[in-house]
Amino acid sequence: MIYLNSFLFCGIVCLIGEIILDNTKLTAGHVTSIFVVVGAFLDIFGIYDKFILWAGAGACVPITSFGHSLIHGALAKASNEGLIGLMLGMFDLTATGITAAIVISFILAMIFNPKD
Amino acid sequence: MEKNTYKQIVKKYTPKENRLFNGFVAFVSGGLMGVIGQALVTFYERMLDVPNKEALSYMMITLIFIGCLLTCLGFFDKWVHFCKAGLFVPITGFAHAMQSAALDYKKEGLVTGIGANMFKLTGSVIIFGVVSAYVFGLLRFILFGGNV
Repeated sequence: MIYLNSFLFCGIVCLIGEIILDNTKLTAGHVTSIFVVVGAFLDIFGIYDKFILWAGAGACVPITSFGHSLIHGALAKASNEGLIGLMLGMFDLTATGITAAIVISFILAMIFNPKD
Repeated sequence: MEKNTYKQIVKKYTPKENRLFNGFVAFVSGGLMGVIGQALVTFYERMLDVPNKEALSYMMITLIFIGCLLTCLGFFDKWVHFCKAGLFVPITGFAHAMQSAALDYKKEGLVTGIGANMFKLTGSVIIFGVVSAYVFGLLRFILFGGNV
């Protein structure tokens, strides 16, 4: 059942992205930036947590979960350390993703050469 | 040539995109990415016996690695061209944008090429993410006291 929910949620998010891309003049960079902001916005009232409970990894794969993880880490630290925690904990949960992306793409860029 | 006639000619020869088909492809490919993610999470939970949160991190790293490797091998550009939003909205798109920027500027050297340009395409995602997360986080901290 969780597989079906993952398929539906991730598919619908991508479908919304495709509709925005096809019907406006926005580029792929605009769409991903909008989605990150939307993901962070949905976390003000804790809506995105319910999506993750419902769709599991399907809600963590789209880029919206990046915004969600940023605000989630910041708030978790802020509840312990006060207002400065918003800055201290900003990258707590996304650090694995960003570090992995930087390290992997640097090493692979050393090994491979661009095609054509 | 008149401006309007020129516009009409341009309109005539611009290839029409089939929006319904594009939407369908994006839905299916995006959904499949979600299923692959969920399958990886289940796999790591069962095989490595780690809690759900750690399995999610491993899943992210795996998808980023696959995205980077396929970009280097040259497959991913064609797939992104076909699937569009179905592949660049999931985290693989983040990896793809980063890897292609790193590869494109490789010839300009390590520091001025790869180092300076790696975040050329993905920088906007991180900047808007951090700014919006800070503003919304502040809002929620004031409204609800930051309990997550």
